[in-house]
Amino acid sequence: MKIRIGMGSCGIAAGALPVMDAAHEEAERLGLDIEIQSTGCIGMCHNEPLLDVVDDDGQVFTYGKVTPDQVGAILEGHSKGEVLPKALVHGGGVKNDFMDGQVRVALRNCGIIDPEKIDDYIERGGYQALARALNSLKPEQVIEEIKVSGLRGRGGAGFPTWFKWREARKNPGDIKYMVCNADEGDPGAFMDRSLLEGDPHSVLEGMAIGAFAIGAIEGIIYCRAEYPLAIRRLEIAIAQARGAGWLGENIKGSGFSFDIRVKQGAGAFVCGEETALLASLEGERGMPRLKPPFPAESGYWGRPTNINNVETFANVTWIVQNGGAAFAAMGTETSKGTKVFALAGKIKNGGLVEVPMGLTLRQVIFDIGGGIKGDRRFKAVQMGGPSGGCIPEALLETTVDYESITKTGAFMGSGGMVVMDETTCMVDIARFFLDFTQKESCGKCVQCRIGTKRMLEVLERICNGEGKSGDLELLEEMAVTINQGSLCNLGVSAPNPVLTTIRYFRDEYRAHIEEKRCPSHQCKALISYTIDPDKCKGCVLCARKCPVSCIKGEPKKPYTIVQEECIKCGNCLEVCPSKFNAVRVQ
Amino acid sequence: MQCCCEEKKGSSVRLSDARVDLGLLNEVLDHYREQEGSLVTVLQKAQEIYGFLPLAVMRHIADQMGVKPAKVFGVATFYTQFRFQPVGKYLILLCQGTACHVNGSERIETALCQELKIKAEETTGDGLFTLSNVACLGCCSLAPVMMINGQAYGPLTPDKAVSIVRDLAKKEKALAKEGSENEN
Repeated sequence: MKIRIGMGSCGIAAGALPVMDAAHEEAERLGLDIEIQSTGCIGMCHNEPLLDVVDDDGQVFTYGKVTPDQVGAILEGHSKGEVLPKALVHGGGVKNDFMDGQVRVALRNCGIIDPEKIDDYIERGGYQALARALNSLKPEQVIEEIKVSGLRGRGGAGFPTWFKWREARKNPGDIKYMVCNADEGDPGAFMDRSLLEGDPHSVLEGMAIGAFAIGAIEGIIYCRAEYPLAIRRLEIAIAQARGAGWLGENIKGSGFSFDIRVKQGAGAFVCGEETALLASLEGERGMPRLKPPFPAESGYWGRPTNINNVETFANVTWIVQNGGAAFAAMGTETSKGTKVFALAGKIKNGGLVEVPMGLTLRQVIFDIGGGIKGDRRFKAVQMGGPSGGCIPEALLETTVDYESITKTGAFMGSGGMVVMDETTCMVDIARFFLDFTQKESCGKCVQCRIGTKRMLEVLERICNGEGKSGDLELLEEMAVTINQGSLCNLGVSAPNPVLTTIRYFRDEYRAHIEEKRCPSHQCKALISYTIDPDKCKGCVLCARKCPVSCIKGEPKKPYTIVQEECIKCGNCLEVCPSKFNAVRVQ
Repeated sequence: MQCCCEEKKGSSVRLSDARVDLGLLNEVLDHYREQEGSLVTVLQKAQEIYGFLPLAVMRHIADQMGVKPAKVFGVATFYTQFRFQPVGKYLILLCQGTACHVNGSERIETALCQELKIKAEETTGDGLFTLSNVACLGCCSLAPVMMINGQAYGPLTPDKAVSIVRDLAKKEKALAKEGSENEN
């Protein structure tokens, strides 16, 4: 018997450490000789902390929301061949739509292996793809295999990977670089973090394969500093790969030499753009430059450089091991293979899911993600982060592939799906994203630097109940100017969240501007909290919870809120017992 | 007419003229001086050593790396990671990503600001806590989330966030008491 505990950032935050301690203590107490393994995140974040029991037949039982005091019962039960049904979330006959609906290619090892042990990775077929490439393929054949697979860049733009590799190979140069873009900046996306924390070797192996294909001698992983655990596990993995001879001089006697180092980002969203990333690697401000020349021609230090995303590299490893045709057999005509999505926001089962391209948004959000928390009504799903847009309920049958998502005005991006329900204000969401892009604009292009600021001002005005007629037209006009006048995709796509919300939720904008009303009760300037005197029993809960003490009254008599002092934090609404239901928001 | 950059309070960078031991940087500088393009890394190492970037340190780096102070300052202020004022013992990174935003991160911020009696990007008077808003910590399914000295906490409610901070403050108080008793 073996047990596995998910120790990704999310698992640890949910309390995996005490569960791990309990597992060691209980195994000793029960005198059980079991292997206790720590793994990365399997993706079922809504059920963290997770504990897997793998019995001697290899059958896996997954327990969710495990508390330290349940661990003893689970271990004792399994030692006698019994399961603990109430905490079982998957396996042992328990169906789980979240896990059963997935096809795991990039995430194949996440949650299964110990990311800090190279032997675990090798046992699951690790480094066989690199061995195949080095021993029996020519660089051109590797590129051909990737071409057959139809793999497109998973970082956002969806550019064919083989094409970039071919260009980088063709361009002359003694020194070429292979860069991994792990500067996952889209708020709401965390697949790269999870992959690096859960299966770092598959990314290293993919980079080495790519380096062999283009003829690179050095690899650099540009990882954001906000991911300390990912960086630590990468450093461990690199050291182990070197020790095992999979990185370094003359890899496994093939004559091919390649090594990788990690460079920590310093916190700038724009550095996800490849030319800005290169500037940052060179120690400069991360400001994009005009393309062409593309990095494949003139990249890091002016040398041919190829840049791919974390998930792309994890796919590369799988493709070279299993063949391009196997990958191309999944997905749609133009979007092959699988894609990892991060489900977050108002969704019931949040986490990471990997599904074949071509499922509908409804299938991903409702069948796999379980629908909306608290069974509220779905309003929109935000895809593509600050460059993307909000897709409304009417378009839930849209298939998830690069072209179909782009048609809605949103953007595949790195695969973040933030689900919103009826309590989310779409004008506020547009304001939120513009606030983000305005802060993150590097300042190089005037249209982006000043345009996003002016758009944000208009949106703030609308949220504050000071919207004027003509504001929507002004926003649309500025959107065109910013789009046309910006060098990189940060500026080009910055207006997308505004344009999609105006396109699909125009009535909500109108309610803010014309009626000075926020239908979702989110914009503070447009709402007020009151207490219904007929329902209030004077239980004092709200008055105690009010941070500015503006709820006045006497116990056992109806209370009132002094509107002038209210900061609209919503605490009163939250604490008012449902049997009274006396606090109103309008 | 006034430039829009002036409107927002706190957008101008306040530099610290703290005097620190520049010798602590020698090893880092010796290692990176000849390496082209290592300015960001040197600044990161310097911040690891001092906890922030005092003016004297930035001048020293410029001098030693053979670049203009304006360049060092320009690069340092470009990236959000770099700080120019000392931070508290506990650095609270409060996630303001999309998932956290729709799940009420603003209420967490209000509660923490009230508890610590500071605004975002400020440090408490006792030097214990700094509250900083960050873009996304990538723990979206636990939204709303905060990270304190590398450890993520979530899903938060205003009460939960406050109690985590209170526990840390209590722990520090106990430690300080123990320390003073030992001295006696």
